[in-house]
Amino acid sequence: MAEALNLVTESPTPAIPGTHVAIRGATKIFAAPGGGTPLHALGPITFDLRQGEFFSVVGPSGCGKSTLLDLVAGLSAPTEGSISFEGTEIKGQVPDGVAVVFQEDASFPWLKVFDNAAFGARRNGLPENEVKERVEHALAFMGLSGFAKAYPSQLSGGMRQRVCIARAMVLRPRLMLLDEPFGALDQQTRLLMGEEMLKLWRETGSTVMLITHSIDEAVLLSDRIGTMSARPGQFIDIVETGWSRERGSETAMDPKYGALQSKIWSVLRNESLKALGA
Amino acid sequence: MANTMPSNDALSKRGRVMGPRRYRVALLRSIVVLLSIALLEVASRQAWIDPISFIPPSEMALSAWTLLTDGAYREDMMLTLSSATASILMATSAGFLFGLALFKLPRLRRVLDPLLLSYYAVPIFVLYPLLIVLFGLNRWPLIMLGFLFAIIAMAVNTLNGLERVPQVLLRTARVLRMGKTREALLITLPASLPFVFTGIKLAIVYSFIAVIGGEFLLSGAGLGYQIAFAYNNFDNATMYGLMFLLLTFIGAINLVLHAVEHSLYQRRVIKEAV
Repeated sequence: MAEALNLVTESPTPAIPGTHVAIRGATKIFAAPGGGTPLHALGPITFDLRQGEFFSVVGPSGCGKSTLLDLVAGLSAPTEGSISFEGTEIKGQVPDGVAVVFQEDASFPWLKVFDNAAFGARRNGLPENEVKERVEHALAFMGLSGFAKAYPSQLSGGMRQRVCIARAMVLRPRLMLLDEPFGALDQQTRLLMGEEMLKLWRETGSTVMLITHSIDEAVLLSDRIGTMSARPGQFIDIVETGWSRERGSETAMDPKYGALQSKIWSVLRNESLKALGA
Repeated sequence: MANTMPSNDALSKRGRVMGPRRYRVALLRSIVVLLSIALLEVASRQAWIDPISFIPPSEMALSAWTLLTDGAYREDMMLTLSSATASILMATSAGFLFGLALFKLPRLRRVLDPLLLSYYAVPIFVLYPLLIVLFGLNRWPLIMLGFLFAIIAMAVNTLNGLERVPQVLLRTARVLRMGKTREALLITLPASLPFVFTGIKLAIVYSFIAVIGGEFLLSGAGLGYQIAFAYNNFDNATMYGLMFLLLTFIGAINLVLHAVEHSLYQRRVIKEAV
């Protein structure tokens, strides 16, 4: 357990062609309240998100996965290092073309499903006919066409999460960041939502970064999977799954699926024990 | 995907599952009220209750109708209504701003917290002499009494609402690149509205209580004063007629406020329960 980590330090600057998001030595240190010891939450991390790939991040609890997502989204600025999206540095402000789906239900309870999905597009000043067209397409895509006039309180947890995904989809983001979006759902709904995410990813061609606790989910959905160490989180392994773009739940039948799961778990196990203080 | 979708029937059940039960409860409540009124009617007609001090509810209603149509108390009604309205407007606007200040300034909140907690332990009517000194011998001391009685309820509920805005909604606002003003108007305000509305409801109720109570005990005009005057002169028909009018008016306002509040909370409550 005390063995040194083989940290992944991918793609030294500058970013290689095809890079969508370039993370260079990103570190996050939170100041402690009352002048205590600062909390080193993340990094330094250096890696690239490739244009159009589905990248998943797994890691032990508290390793800084969500902090990484915050940095990439621009919801928080790195203490050190830099993050660039499409060649432009993100400085703690969400860039245009980025959408985030959170684990918690982020639907607006005072708006109907249609208005929830249209919210971001309307704020961006899109003409109403275009908003309508996009929202209708997104709701149909997410299987919510019959619920446009319902309030979120009338929907199940899985459907409300679809509303949030539809809201993101309407914006036609080039980068989708998913922070355990299916974490609060039951296993069956989770699997179905995963398939829908793959459909969405294929249709939009956007780059996806998924934060998840589930190795199964990561292996099933991703082109590449990054495994993080215990805090301060750094990538200790990044594996390519090699799945075709047309993958689905049948991928779980592939013999390579089990091998990938075992590989990731073998890397993650020690880190999880560390995170638990064992 | 279709397998995971509830049918439209299920959706409508989820949304209105409480419907029939609510109607049953409302029906039962109405029956209880009507039975109580009928019992009072019989009791006073049969002289089970002293007929000198209590008149039958039907006579109260008749007296109320006469008082309303002959216009003898119109000025007092308008005075009470305008005083309460002024008090409500001041308490809701100042209470909202005060709640906002408590939310934004944690230090101010820490300082005021114990005072806010014990605020309603103070019998507010004892401040009336002081208010007369400050505002003169006119309607303003009564309006201020209503204002002081209502403002803290409004402020505390505003604070409660602002504190309960889910962080994920504020993070969503940032992802959607909304500025602070848009975030406040389009996210924070609607998200906290049910709680803010509770504050408005309480401010309305408390303002009426303080203004009418103040008129009853301390004033020389207004509905409260006229009820006290009729009571002191053994004018039961006028006293009960005015009380009937007042109770009907306040009851109707409360029903409307309760219905609006219920519809605002229902979306949130079901959402949290699912």
